[in-house]
Amino acid sequence: MKPARFAYHDPDHLAEALALLARLENARVLAGGQSLMPMLAMRVAMPDHLIDLNRIPGLDGIVVAEGSLRIGAMARQRRIEDSPAIRAACPLMTEALGLVGHIQTRNRGTIGGSLCHLDPSAELVTVAAALDATIEVASATGTRDIGIADFPLGLMTPSLAAEEMVVGLRIPLWPAGHGACFTEFARRHGDYAIVSAAALLLPDAQGRIARVSLTLGGVSAGPLRLAAAEAMLLGEAPSPALFRAAASCCAGIDAMEDPQAPAWYRRRLATVLVRRALEQAWARTEGVAA
Amino acid sequence: MSESRHIALHVNGERREAETPVRQHLADFLRGTLGLTGTHLGCEHGVCGACTVLVDGRAVRACLMLAVQAAGRAVTTIEGLAAADGTLHPLQQAFCDHHGLQCGFCTPGILATLVEYLAENPDPGAEDLRIALSGNICRCTGYDSIVAAALAAARALRGEAA
Ligand SMILES: Cc1cc2nc3c(=O)[nH]c(=O)nc-3n(C[C@@H](O)[C@H](O)[C@H](O)COP(=O)(O)OP(=O)(O)OC[C@H]3O[C@@H](n4cnc5c(N)ncnc54)[C@H](O)[C@@H]3O)c2cc1C
Ligand code: FES
Ligand code: FES
Repeated sequence: MKPARFAYHDPDHLAEALALLARLENARVLAGGQSLMPMLAMRVAMPDHLIDLNRIPGLDGIVVAEGSLRIGAMARQRRIEDSPAIRAACPLMTEALGLVGHIQTRNRGTIGGSLCHLDPSAELVTVAAALDATIEVASATGTRDIGIADFPLGLMTPSLAAEEMVVGLRIPLWPAGHGACFTEFARRHGDYAIVSAAALLLPDAQGRIARVSLTLGGVSAGPLRLAAAEAMLLGEAPSPALFRAAASCCAGIDAMEDPQAPAWYRRRLATVLVRRALEQAWARTEGVAA
Repeated sequence: MSESRHIALHVNGERREAETPVRQHLADFLRGTLGLTGTHLGCEHGVCGACTVLVDGRAVRACLMLAVQAAGRAVTTIEGLAAADGTLHPLQQAFCDHHGLQCGFCTPGILATLVEYLAENPDPGAEDLRIALSGNICRCTGYDSIVAAALAAARALRGEAA
C-alpha cells in the first residue's frame, strides 16, 4: 500500500461532511480520486483524515433552467459530457470534456474535483472562466459564492479555507445562436494540454460580433481571459484578418515556463489556437447569413 | 475510526466479503485479498490503464479507487469475461485471432475498457477506437493489432461475420 495511513470517513449527509471538515485537523475531501489518489500514492498528499464525498446524495445534480446551468460538485465528468441538455445549451463544456483525460478517468472524476485540483491546464477550469462561472462554497457555518476570477489564489491553490468545500457551480448560459469552440494542444490525446483556448461568439442581426469571450488555459497559474483581444473583436464584422489580429495579442502574454514547454512556445501555440478557436466558434454561430 | 473495514461486494457475479485496510486500492484488493491476479498493476498512479476493471458496468482505474469504495458494487474483472463453460468472450476471441496482444500485460485493462465502449458504440471507426483506448498504454503491439482486434470484436458483437 502506497498511501500513508489516514482515517477514512464516508459521511452520508453534507452537514456531516462539513462538520467533519470543521472539526478534523489535516483533513482532505475525496471526490473522484483521479488526482488525489495518485497524490496519496506518491505521498505528495498525506492527510490524516480522508472525507469521502461519494456517498452524499444530492451533490451531483445537473439543472439547465431559464438562462442558467447549475452543476453539483460531485457530478461525474462523463455524465456531464453525455448530458444532451448541456450539449444543447452549453456546447463549450461538452467539447472540452471530451479532452479531459480518458473515458476511465471521466467515469470517476468530478467537476468539483477538477475545479479544486486547479491544474493550470485543466479544461474545466478554463471553461468555467470562459463562461464567467460562480463557484458555490459551503462550510459548517454557512455558504458563499466565489466568482471564478477570484477562485485561483495561486498555482493549484483554490481560495478555500480548510473547513470549506465546493458544492457546485452556476453558469449563466449564452443565448441560442452563439458559437463556441474549445481546442488544445497536448502531446497525446487525454494528456493535460500544454495550451488550450476557449472562444465564444454571439452575432448580432447585422452579422457583427455582439459578444465575445476568449480564454487561455495552460499559460499561467489560472485561466487567462484575453480582455484586449475581446475588446478588439467586439462590434466588428468578423474576417480572417480580424481573427488573426486578435490572436496576435497572444504574442505579448506572460506565459509560464516548465519542463514541458518554454514560454515562447506557449505564446506561439496560444496565437494559433486562439485563431483556430475564433474561426471555428464563428462557423458554429447561427442566425446570420454567412 | 478503524484502519480497516469489512466489505461485501459482487465480483464477477459472485458475492464476496473480506476485510480490507482503508488505504488499500481496489486493484490490490482484487489481486491480493481475493486472489484475482488477472487485474494488472503498471503504474499505480492512474496513467497506464493496466488496472482497468468494470464497476457497475463502467470502466474505471482500480488503482484510483479505494477497495472500501467498492462496497455494495458489482465489479467485473478479466476473470469474469468468458462464459461459465469457458467459451471466450467475443473480445477475447478477436484478440486471439488478430494478435491483439503480445505479452498481455495491458490486455485485461484494454478489454475492460472495450466492453463498456463497444456496448455504447457498437460500430466505431478505427480513429474512435484509438481515442477510446488512449488511456491504456501498451508497450508491445504498437496498437494496430489492438485496433484491428477491436474492430473484429465489434463486428462479432453486432452479429456480423468477423
Ligand atoms: C491519466 C489521467 C489523465 C488526466 N488528464 C486530465 C486532463 O487532460 N485534464 C484535466 O483537467 N484533468 C485530467 N486528469 C485529472 C482529472 O481526471 C481529475 O478528475 C480531476 O483533476 C480531479 O477531479 P476528481 O473528482 O478526481 O477529484 P479528486 O482527485 O478526488 O480531488 C482532487 C483535489 O480536489 C479536492 N476536492 C475535490 N472535490 C472537492 C470539493 N468538492 N471541494 C473542495 N475540494 C475538493 C481534493 O481534496 C483534492 O485535493 C487526469 C487524470 C489522470 C489519472
Ligand atoms: S496501474 Fe492503474 S493506471 Fe496504471
Ligand atoms: S501486449 Fe504487452 S503491454 Fe500490451
